[in-house]
Amino acid sequence: MFAYIIKRLIYAIPIALSVTVVSFVLVYLAPGDPLNAIAPADAPEEVIQALKSAYGLDKPVPVQYGLWLLRAVQGDLGTSIASGRAVTAEVLSAVSNTLLLAGMAALGGVLIGCILGALAGYRHGTWIDRVATVISVIGVSIPHYWLGLVLTIVFSIWLPWFPAMGAGPGGSSEWLWDVEHMRHLVLPALTLSVIPMGIITRTVRALVADMLEQEFVTALRARGLSGLAIFRHIAKNTAPTVLAVAGLQIGYLMGGSILVETVFAWPGTGFLLNTAIFQRDIPLLQGTILVLCMFFVVLNLLVDILQPLIDPRMGRS
Amino acid sequence: MKPNCKKLSRWLAVVPLSLALHGVLHAETVARYGISMADIPLTTGQPDRGAGAYQFTGHTLYDPLVAWEANVGNRPGKLVPGLASEWKVDAKDNKKWVFTLRKGVKFHDGSEFNADAVVWNLDKVLADKSPQFDAKQSAQVRPRIPSIASYRKVGDYAVEITTKDVDALFPYQLPWFLISSPTQWEKMGKDWNKVASKPSGTGPFKLDKLVPRERADLVKNTAYWDKSRMAKTDRIVLVPIPDAMTRANALLNGQVDIIETPPPDVLPQLKGAGFKLVQNVTPHVWPYHFSTQPGSPWTDIRVRKAANLAIDRNSVVSLMSGLATPAKGQLDQTSPWFGKPSFKIGYDLAAARALMAQAGYSQAKPLKAKVIIAQGGTGQMLSLPMNEFIQQSLAEVGIQVTFEVVELENLYLHWRSGAKADMNAGKGITAINLGYVTADPFYALTRFADSRYVAPNGVNWGGYNNPKVDAAIDKIKTTFDTKTQDGLLAFVHQSMVDDALMLWVVHDVNPHAMSPKVKEFVQAQHWFQDLTTIRM
Repeated sequence: MFAYIIKRLIYAIPIALSVTVVSFVLVYLAPGDPLNAIAPADAPEEVIQALKSAYGLDKPVPVQYGLWLLRAVQGDLGTSIASGRAVTAEVLSAVSNTLLLAGMAALGGVLIGCILGALAGYRHGTWIDRVATVISVIGVSIPHYWLGLVLTIVFSIWLPWFPAMGAGPGGSSEWLWDVEHMRHLVLPALTLSVIPMGIITRTVRALVADMLEQEFVTALRARGLSGLAIFRHIAKNTAPTVLAVAGLQIGYLMGGSILVETVFAWPGTGFLLNTAIFQRDIPLLQGTILVLCMFFVVLNLLVDILQPLIDPRMGRS
Repeated sequence: MKPNCKKLSRWLAVVPLSLALHGVLHAETVARYGISMADIPLTTGQPDRGAGAYQFTGHTLYDPLVAWEANVGNRPGKLVPGLASEWKVDAKDNKKWVFTLRKGVKFHDGSEFNADAVVWNLDKVLADKSPQFDAKQSAQVRPRIPSIASYRKVGDYAVEITTKDVDALFPYQLPWFLISSPTQWEKMGKDWNKVASKPSGTGPFKLDKLVPRERADLVKNTAYWDKSRMAKTDRIVLVPIPDAMTRANALLNGQVDIIETPPPDVLPQLKGAGFKLVQNVTPHVWPYHFSTQPGSPWTDIRVRKAANLAIDRNSVVSLMSGLATPAKGQLDQTSPWFGKPSFKIGYDLAAARALMAQAGYSQAKPLKAKVIIAQGGTGQMLSLPMNEFIQQSLAEVGIQVTFEVVELENLYLHWRSGAKADMNAGKGITAINLGYVTADPFYALTRFADSRYVAPNGVNWGGYNNPKVDAAIDKIKTTFDTKTQDGLLAFVHQSMVDDALMLWVVHDVNPHAMSPKVKEFVQAQHWFQDLTTIRM
């Protein structure tokens, strides 16, 4: 197992490298200028040149990339062009906020998705199945920023139960497990949870419906096993696939919550990416993408380690 | 024994009552301000993120030598003494200015403000070999103080600044240049990034707390030197909320007390819920800046005038839910530099069509032009809907406009490069739509009207060239009498209007929405706002 983990981590290096190369190149291909983040629009050429030199932006792109990579390998993701702050600190602070949000959204989404999916699979073709299908389709296809705005209007303004924005009272950034902070988490987590909820509902529904047709379930029934015991067998057999899908979804939540975090002014990686993209803040963008990429890789690795533990057949194969 | 007990019980009753009263009288007043930026602007001395950022971390924490009067709303402000109690130009050499500095002013860290601090700060942004030079601060302010050639201390409380040329408008550049504490920079290990979280200026507020991208707490500086500008609120919490709808929701939900630029379509809801809307004349204009280079369809003044007469500006204002005022020129009519243009900008379809007919165009045979516009961004108002409205309006008089839509960052590149550049003329782009700050004579007029400011020397984008205007600008620079200066500036503006240098559409009004808890906020007719006027 240890050798397997090491091997997987080594495989992650070229993936991370290619992601950073692609993102670096894409930023440079995009129109605009990183200096717009720091220089006024009407800055004269001499000021622009001085800044380019100060931030190393006068060097060829491959050289810039090489220098960045050299520092990144040593754990230094550089300094944000726009804010002058260390990228590592900026990203880590944002990652912790997004982990919290994505974790809660994933927990809710996976839990509801599994329950709805199992119910729909068991009651295949009934009204329960149809309701679950409609809910999952809505979850997958609804524009999440729009849902976020609707939830805010209903639960923040019409019914002032939850705050409309931020990660804590008065813009506080120190997360505490108290009622006030949890109230800030409810709406963004709920908005974000509909994505995994929809996908997992569909996955579980299809898997359970398929399992129920399998011969081993017929055999279990013939042996007189109770419904609960049969469900345990079905759950065990569906778990590896659900785990893989859930793992991917959590990864997507980590980087794919740009719009939701913007709507709720939630200070996470999505919000950070949004800012970095609009400001052409290359070090910040690269640092965030690299960390998210590594997060994805580690998450996939975890899923790959857990799967054989749940289903020994996978380990043997 | 009994009377004593009575006395004691009375005293015991009085103590908690007086404590409670003390609490009420001395409860900290807090204003939470939802700002439209994604991050707190730079706190080290020269804010980044444009003119609008100065109100947040500029003129709150710091002071300039020459300040802008931003605590009046019923008239345009003017230059007023800041850390310099007076300034005068040398009668023998008009390039030399002597600034007499205020005595007894202290930085927030307790160190003394004096001539050494001023010279140190000028080095900080102009002398790239000095140890305290900060490229980022320099980038913000250097373009705004282009006249400075050299400077020196001429006494403990006097500084002499020499300009590159004679420039009577030089004091207008100085409200942009703010003074931070040299002692604090030393204390923070000579590291500007560390100064950012513990800055020290001489301003009416001190920075109490900074959480990047989330909040900045400004607390009242009770020892502020200018008693007429003492903060009326103990603490102002700046909360960056870049999304306009989220800002409005935060206000409606009670998470913030005041927001800037509420989205126009939420105004009825805000007003209905009892929130106050404050707006004022603002030095900003939303124009099409024409290219007058050979080959541009806008070289014909009749076409430029027709475009100006084809727009129903009141409808644009309605489109903005009232958050704009119709433009009659580069400046608002209340400006002392508006002048008396003979060309009256307004909505006159018949006159516009007649001018187009004289120029040889009609709806059947339209003039074709390509305009580069931004998809949105600071100062661009409702870029796309407004541009579509202009496009339809111009089509009514025989001007067929097509758009090149780019991000604002990219638009700046096209702007800085000038109309002649290959990225513009080479692509058939003959006009640019960019919101302009018009805060002072240079920003409003001379940078666009002076023929010597064509790219790469400046942002006279279209290549406007009027020798009379150039002569007037030269005269302005050497005229130290304000009345004469105002007259010449008015001449420049009326010439720009009479030559229809741009298609002027509307002025921004810099709207703010506030909860009823905000008892007072004086909105200045400027991008510089004075947060000391906020009273809860």
